[in-house]
Amino acid sequence: MAQITLIEAVTQALAWEMQHDPSVVVLGEDVGVNGGVFRATQGLIEKFGADRVIDTPLDETTIAGITVGLAAQGMKPVAEAQFEGFIYAMLEQIICHAARMRNRTRGRITMPAVWRAPWGGGIRAPEHHSEANEALFTNVPGLRVVLPSSPARAYGLLLASIRDPDPVIFFEPKRIYRQYKEEVPDDGEALPLDVCFVLRDGSDVTLVTWGAQVKETLEAADVLAEQGISAEVIDVATLKPLDFDTIHESVRKTGRCVIVHEAPRTAGFGAEIAARLAEHALYDLAAPVQRVTGYDTHIPLFRLEMKYLPSVEKIVAAAKRTMEVS
Amino acid sequence: MENSVSIAATFEIEYLQYLDATGKLVRDDLPAFARDTRQLVKLYQEMVMARVFDAKAIALQRTGKLGTYAPCLGHEATYMAIGSAMQEDDSFACSYREYGAQFHRGVKPRELLMYWGGDERGNDFSGPAHDFAWCVPIGTQCLHAAGSALAFKIRKEPRVAVCTIGDGGSSKADFNSALNVAGAMTLPLVAVIVNNQWAISVPRSSQTGAKTLAQKGIAAGLECIQVDGNDLLAMRAAMDHALKRARNGHGAMVIEAVTYRLSDHTTADDARRYRPEAEVKEAWDREPLRRLKAYLVSLNAWNEEDEVELKERCAKYVDAEVNAYLETRSQPVEAMFDYTYAELPDDLKTQRSEALFWDKPH
Ligand SMILES: Cc1ncc(C[n+]2csc(CCOP(=O)(O)OP(=O)(O)O)c2C)c(N)n1
Ligand SMILES: [Mg+2]
Repeated sequence: MAQITLIEAVTQALAWEMQHDPSVVVLGEDVGVNGGVFRATQGLIEKFGADRVIDTPLDETTIAGITVGLAAQGMKPVAEAQFEGFIYAMLEQIICHAARMRNRTRGRITMPAVWRAPWGGGIRAPEHHSEANEALFTNVPGLRVVLPSSPARAYGLLLASIRDPDPVIFFEPKRIYRQYKEEVPDDGEALPLDVCFVLRDGSDVTLVTWGAQVKETLEAADVLAEQGISAEVIDVATLKPLDFDTIHESVRKTGRCVIVHEAPRTAGFGAEIAARLAEHALYDLAAPVQRVTGYDTHIPLFRLEMKYLPSVEKIVAAAKRTMEVS
Repeated sequence: MENSVSIAATFEIEYLQYLDATGKLVRDDLPAFARDTRQLVKLYQEMVMARVFDAKAIALQRTGKLGTYAPCLGHEATYMAIGSAMQEDDSFACSYREYGAQFHRGVKPRELLMYWGGDERGNDFSGPAHDFAWCVPIGTQCLHAAGSALAFKIRKEPRVAVCTIGDGGSSKADFNSALNVAGAMTLPLVAVIVNNQWAISVPRSSQTGAKTLAQKGIAAGLECIQVDGNDLLAMRAAMDHALKRARNGHGAMVIEAVTYRLSDHTTADDARRYRPEAEVKEAWDREPLRRLKAYLVSLNAWNEEDEVELKERCAKYVDAEVNAYLETRSQPVEAMFDYTYAELPDDLKTQRSEALFWDKPH
């Protein structure tokens, strides 16, 4: 069985589902012959033809709008925004139509569509190529927001997203697209949506994160372990709808929680988790919830971007702050 | 009764060229500016400078001293015509590779390198303060130009807003909205579609079923023309005409500059994946510098010695700019906060202190 990277897992999932479901089509800019600017759709046009792997004119409104039309007619479109920073022109179609179609037609028309986009900072990219804008979508009723952090979860969650009868925003952490390989059986097995993944068991503090920050958070857990602090690490994976139970269960055990995300702090998705902890877990907490996040500024161009992003050091310090209170 | 056909509207798109690919004049109605040979020589020199800079920037990227860079190879005539035809108080809303035009307007190569080198200070460039910064979200700049044009119109200033857009970008809603509002409001706008045949891997033919991109302005009620974008004389003549019309209150114009992207899309791209080498080779026969040089040589206004001397001068200038860029130290960490608002809100001051704390070695 082949070892594959996260981006290869995306390709593998797309190919599996296109092979087994003729209603699945892929559309976007440069997804055809070029195989996508990150190669996520590499080889698909050769296998499935230009009718199902569609290079659109350069217009995100077009991509998002025809995706709504395709889905309404029983296709399962997987649309690509070339970068998360170019998804904004798609918002009207996603928010006013895709996300509310089922509700406003009382279920007559549904939207089994996926919008994929490479997401996040840390790759020394040009301006507008490094955003962490997931919270714009977690505030929209009717959407699922998925952010895998490993090759296996990218494969299983993308399959689940395509099969899901409702619209899904599927963000791919581009910083870890090729970070490491793991064995991902190409067996068409989806992973459950709306479920958090506990990546590491621990008893002293719960570290909650998603996307590329899973890497730094696991490293922080290693550092904490060396200092005698046992950290549980949770990859939220599906931000919306949120599996709060898994987080709550962990915090019940540890009494401490650090939330890590690279998006700006204010009204970032960490705020939702912190609010739920305040509502439902206040008496389980031994220390105030901590957040390690991007600042409330635009992510700087790349000379400064690593100073903006969370780091192992910052996560460790936050975890230790929760340990100071006993 | 006879069924007669009545025509509601007709249109045609003129194609303008003065110099053919070999540098021979194909028309005898030479515009006034083109009779000033010394001026043409100057523009040729600036075009060569843009090309020398371009090669150097790619080399910097390849050696890890620059981030992703979008080359301008092959577009020099189009950009030089735009930059040289505009007045200083006109406003320019470009996308991301119009360097020749910007250098002419006073932007320094070191600033451009800062932008692609991951430093916001590049966007705070020399040259007209009313020009927009580089615009990566495709097409959005066209509406900024339309808004600028509206400001000029409201204030009755004899100024024109110019925007550039790619063949790919001409599919974007923002671009088409800009033409529409310009037509609806008779705005002093010149929209130049730089049709270099490719939008990364997507060919011009996949963008629209229309025969020309210029005709996209027809539906908005604009005057439109297609021009040989590798011919400085034709491009400059078209720009002069469009700017003059707009300045005199006759509204917006669309110029489709037909050129070719001789390079990869950016340094992150490999065009061999999607476009035939033969097409590129053939496009080199039509490139802009060679034909202008041949024309100037035929006028006895330029020779090989001049060329050698020019290349040396360009290399020296570019090296000095590159060194200035390389010697520029990073901004301090607090720079990411200090331009977020006119005055830093208290709420952000806390985060700023946090960033300063983490910036110190622990
Ligand atoms: C809104 C938006 N979508 C996608 C991109 C990614 N992208 C950058 S350049 C480009 C192609 C542009 O082609 P064209 O408009 O022909 O201009 P050229 O690069 O050829 O000058 C694309 C798709 C972007 N920058 N902005
Ligand atoms: Mg183009």
